Amino acid sequence: MQRVLSCLVSGCWSSRPLASEPLSHSLDRLNELAKQKVHEVQNFSVLAWNAIRFIFARPFYLGDIVDQMDVIGVGSLGIVLLTGFFTGMVLALQMGNSLQTFGATLYVGRLVTASMIRELGPVLAGLTVAGRVGSGIAAEIGSMKVTEQIDALNTLGTDPIKKLVTPRLLAALLMLPVLTVIDDFVGIVGGNIVGTLIVGIPTGVYWRTVWAQIASDGFVFRYIPNDFVQGLAKPFIFGGIIALSGCYYGLATTGGTEGVGQSTTRTVVASSIAILIVDYFMTQLLLSVLP
Amino acid sequence: MIGDDRDPVDSALPEHRSAADQAADASDATADQAASEAADERKAASVRRAIRRELEPDEAPAAGASQPATAAPTKPEPAAVVQLEHVSLAFGDPVLEDVSITAREGQTIVIVGESGTGKSTTLKLILRLLRPDEGRVLVHGEDITNVAFDEALRIRQTMGMVFQGAALFDSLDVFENVAYPLREHTTLDEEEIAARVREKLQFVDLEPDKVERLLPAELSGGMRKRVGIARAMSNNAKLMLYDEPTSGLDPLTTGTITRLIMKLQRELGVTSVVVTHDIRSANRMASAIALLHDHRITFFGTPEEMAASDDPYIRDFLGGY
Repeated sequence: MQRVLSCLVSGCWSSRPLASEPLSHSLDRLNELAKQKVHEVQNFSVLAWNAIRFIFARPFYLGDIVDQMDVIGVGSLGIVLLTGFFTGMVLALQMGNSLQTFGATLYVGRLVTASMIRELGPVLAGLTVAGRVGSGIAAEIGSMKVTEQIDALNTLGTDPIKKLVTPRLLAALLMLPVLTVIDDFVGIVGGNIVGTLIVGIPTGVYWRTVWAQIASDGFVFRYIPNDFVQGLAKPFIFGGIIALSGCYYGLATTGGTEGVGQSTTRTVVASSIAILIVDYFMTQLLLSVLP
Repeated sequence: MIGDDRDPVDSALPEHRSAADQAADASDATADQAASEAADERKAASVRRAIRRELEPDEAPAAGASQPATAAPTKPEPAAVVQLEHVSLAFGDPVLEDVSITAREGQTIVIVGESGTGKSTTLKLILRLLRPDEGRVLVHGEDITNVAFDEALRIRQTMGMVFQGAALFDSLDVFENVAYPLREHTTLDEEEIAARVREKLQFVDLEPDKVERLLPAELSGGMRKRVGIARAMSNNAKLMLYDEPTSGLDPLTTGTITRLIMKLQRELGVTSVVVTHDIRSANRMASAIALLHDHRITFFGTPEEMAASDDPYIRDFLGGY
């Protein structure tokens, strides 16, 4: 190990005899890979910084922002309603089944509400939008890149980040929380239907337990439930992750239509993983910060 | 081929007229167009003669070339619009080495060369999409080599760029594509924008009523190129850059696009830098041709001088045509 480290420092592996060449090649590859990853992180950071900076700089491209809000928000409504509704129903079914053993089926409403608002609503909305919108953004911008439309924007005196990335970022930041609220509500309604029809909880009781859960974790500024803060802060960040990933991989597209395909795949994989990892750390942070 | 014992300008013109215009004549039957082409050719020949004088001030005239007595009186040299001064660029491997090109007002400079010799890179340097490792790039006399990105965006508004694949915005119709630079960078109202768009579409021989609501996907290759030219000139740019404007087009459409580039020079006094593989079109439109070989400019002169050159590489290069 010491020899490898000293070689790393001195660069001596390149002059070693044949026996040590495989090691040197592996180290070279590792070095290149590390450099490439650092370079990608740097490029992503620059893109994110510029996209955020341009939110406050003229021109504002309001038409593009509204268009993107329509594509990201209204366009994703169907899939979000569907996933939220069935997730709420399956939660109620599973919990009703488990809690029946202890005679605690009245807690179904509380559990469905807590699960949907704190975790499942934001994460499910994030993952479905990442699959639908993130890939769409990467494909659209990637196609523009390979057909020289990005270069055309540049030559026409338009900053592509301001024109393409910032409207998508802003639209995603605004629409993800809205979609999450809808997802949460539909999930709780789904839980209500299963709770009433299968588990046997009266509707009035179910909704009282829902409210009891929302109120039980305290309020921020006296009126905003803690659960809502958690449930809305996360999708705001997830929206940023989805839009920036799609735009980054779209703008980095090379190699024609095959490259566009690769960019969409990378966007969905990267943003889904990022959403799950960020979700954990945000939960930990919010639990420690919120009263 | 072109006779060496004749005036290179006069002897060359009938050759490429007959070659290129066989196609052109098939598509353009009207007397107006014929007159317009004749004017194109006269203008091109006059510009070539001026360039030849400029390029070879100290050299003896070629055999059979116009005598000094017939030469026009010396005029002040037109201002340089684009200047590349000893530009070098490498992406690991060298792309351009010590390249110097000057395009003066009203000239059409055509850059030819094999694929991968840095022709398109030259356009990107003029647009300040790339920065040279060495040398300077000047546009309208302003050194743009190291200007900031925001400043580069402003400078690009004074140029028009026509891309190989036209690069029209897929999501916008023809009208909105041509109107894009006007909406972005001017304060024209809707009526003025509509008038300008129609004027530009008519200039490129398209009927606004028929095409302005079509999407780029609904256009033919030649129409896309023409809309690309209309978009590039909608800001009344005095410098136009073309990347392979005739690639992938049939001979008739190639002739149409070539005449369009010449019309821009003739009627609007636009300075053009054209990158192309199409030596036939280059011969028709060029005030001067720059040949890129091994990342260097190995020839810069009029089409006639190129045709008359004994350089083995140039002979080989032209041999394919």
